[in-house]
Amino acid sequence: MTVLQVVALLVVAIAGTATVAVRNPARQVIVASFHGLALTIMFFVYAAPDVALSQLTVSTIAVPIMALLALAKLRRQGEDE
Amino acid sequence: MSRLARTRLVAVTVLLAGLGGLLVAALAEQPAPDAPPPPSAKLSTSVVVHERHATNVVAGVTFDLRSLDTLGEELILFAAAGGVSLLLRGQRKEQEAAQARERADARRQELPAAVRATAAILVGPLLVFGAYIVSHGQLTPGGGFQGGVIIAAVLLLAYAGGQMLAAGGLDPTKLLEALHALGAAAFALVGLAGLIFGGVALVNVVALGVSGQLLSTGTILILEVVVGIEVAAAIALIFSELLDQALLRGS
Repeated sequence: MTVLQVVALLVVAIAGTATVAVRNPARQVIVASFHGLALTIMFFVYAAPDVALSQLTVSTIAVPIMALLALAKLRRQGEDE
Repeated sequence: MSRLARTRLVAVTVLLAGLGGLLVAALAEQPAPDAPPPPSAKLSTSVVVHERHATNVVAGVTFDLRSLDTLGEELILFAAAGGVSLLLRGQRKEQEAAQARERADARRQELPAAVRATAAILVGPLLVFGAYIVSHGQLTPGGGFQGGVIIAAVLLLAYAGGQMLAAGGLDPTKLLEALHALGAAAFALVGLAGLIFGGVALVNVVALGVSGQLLSTGTILILEVVVGIEVAAAIALIFSELLDQALLRGS
């Protein structure tokens, strides 16, 4: 393993732990997308640029937007009650 | 610490330690990154590069050698977006008028001008970038799926920037649904063309062109573009249905 690979794996581990540690769901979405970014870099370092691009689009565009829209819906429901 | 909490702590510690041990064992079994590739990797690289004229081997495998897999994956996304749209439709129709007003209000009031300006500035460059990723999948990393998601994000940025023709004549949902169906049907039609002209479903029957040029690799490029349209429409459809839901009060 090269130094870059070790660093990428460590960043993935730290970002994953941070995602679990955050308790506020809205902030958790943002931290989770940083975890996705760390995974993207890890895939890239392991010479899989296609997988890295898929990971990047899913974890920084698709999943955060869907999660945030669901949270916005829940928050509005809470305001009405 | 109560007895229940202590039992839980012990159970979690044991399970996590077991999971960690399994992960380390699995990682130790992996071949080294610089190990010689298996025969299948050498064969697929040789076929894709020399017989299909694609320089991105991943695209050659997913859109030619194993394009039936990709058809299945595309239909999964098609069914998912169709299901979301079907489930949320009832609520949307009931409150359509209120929702349209509210959507317009929310757009004006909730977004700071700086955010809207940034969104508007990013729309053009990101659209070009998405189209580039879709159309160069056979040459460099990228392809229909990744580019399609980027284009869906562009549509959402256009909405955030306040440029979408929502209240006017054009209803983007209708257009998205049409593109969604078109993308799925076109993939199946390309497969059928292989059956008619080549004798095998999804076989590459279009002229392959010169390696490294944009218009090359035959059906690989066509399928990349088709999947790009399908993915962009499906993701944008899911976004717009969820956005409608988020903007509706109560219900």
